[in-house]
Amino acid sequence: MRATVVVRPKAGILDPQGQAVAGSLRQLGFHVDEARVGRVVDLDLDATDAATARAELERMCEQLLANPLIESFEIEVPST
Amino acid sequence: MRASGPRIAVLTFPGSNDDRDAAWALGALGAEPVPVWHAETDLPEVAAVVLPGGFSYGDYLRCGAIARFAPAMSCVVEYADAGGLVLGICNGFQILCEAGLLPGVLRPNDSLAFVCRDVPLTVERVDTPFTSRCEPDQTLTIPVKHGEGLWYADPDQYDELEARRQIVLRYAEPCNGSIGGVAGVVNETGNVMGLMPHPEHAVDPLLGSADGALVLASLVDAARDRAPLLVG
Repeated sequence: MRATVVVRPKAGILDPQGQAVAGSLRQLGFHVDEARVGRVVDLDLDATDAATARAELERMCEQLLANPLIESFEIEVPST
Repeated sequence: MRASGPRIAVLTFPGSNDDRDAAWALGALGAEPVPVWHAETDLPEVAAVVLPGGFSYGDYLRCGAIARFAPAMSCVVEYADAGGLVLGICNGFQILCEAGLLPGVLRPNDSLAFVCRDVPLTVERVDTPFTSRCEPDQTLTIPVKHGEGLWYADPDQYDELEARRQIVLRYAEPCNGSIGGVAGVVNETGNVMGLMPHPEHAVDPLLGSADGALVLASLVDAARDRAPLLVG
C-alpha cells in the first residue's frame, strides 16, 4: 500500500527556510504573504488495510518522521 | 596520553568528523580516549562518554534524528540514566536532544547561513561537571561551525529550564537565533550536557583560544573523580 506523510513546521515556529522561499517568490513578482516549508515522505507499506497502515504510520511519525516539539504531521492512506 | 587518566568513550557515527579532534583534546588534557563505533552494542567501561560533532547520517530528516537509533545510542541512554557523564558537542548535542536526553531541539539558524567563527559565551553555571574549571560569569571564546544551531524550546519549557538552572552557556552576542541565546544546556540531573560550540577546537593558544580546554578539563576532572561505569 502506498501512503504519504506530510510533516510541517508547527504554527508559530520560526521557519527561516519558508521566509527565504517567500522572499524569493516576492522578488519574482508573486504576491506571497507567507511560505512555510515542510517535508513529504512517500512510503510503500506491507499493510493491506488502511487502519493498520494508519496506526503504523502514526508510530513512525512519533518515533522518527516528525519531532513533536516543532512539527505536526498528517497521514494520507488510500481508503480500502 | 597518560594511561592512568580516566577512560572516556568517543563515539563515531557515519558522518562524524570531529571525533579525532575530541579524542586528541581529551588525551592532551590527561584522559584516555576510547573510540567507540556507532554499531557497537556495548559501551566499554568508561568514566564519561563524548558524542562529537559532524554530520551523522548526512543530517538526513533532521540533524541527529537517525543517529539516535544507532545501536551504541541505546547504551548511551542507559549510561546516562545510570548517572554516567555524557557530553554532546554540536551534532552530538543535536543527537542528545533527538534522543530525549536533553531538552529542546536544534533548528536551522535564523540567518539560514552556516556560521563558522569564534563566539563569546557566558558561563551561567560553574557547579556542573562540565564547567567546574570556569569562573562564574566568565566569558569563553570558543568557535562554532553549524548550519542548524538554533536551540528551540517552547516558552513554558524554557521558563522551567531557567528555573531549574539547566542553561549553562549562552551566546554573549547574536549567533544563530537560539531562544534565550542558549548555547549549552544540562539535563535535570546535571550529568548530561550538550553545547553547539566546539571546545575541542579551542584547547591551545595556537588555535586562537584555549578556553575550550576549561570545558573539557572540567569533564576530565569529573571523570577522574568517578568510578568507571559499565552498563548492559
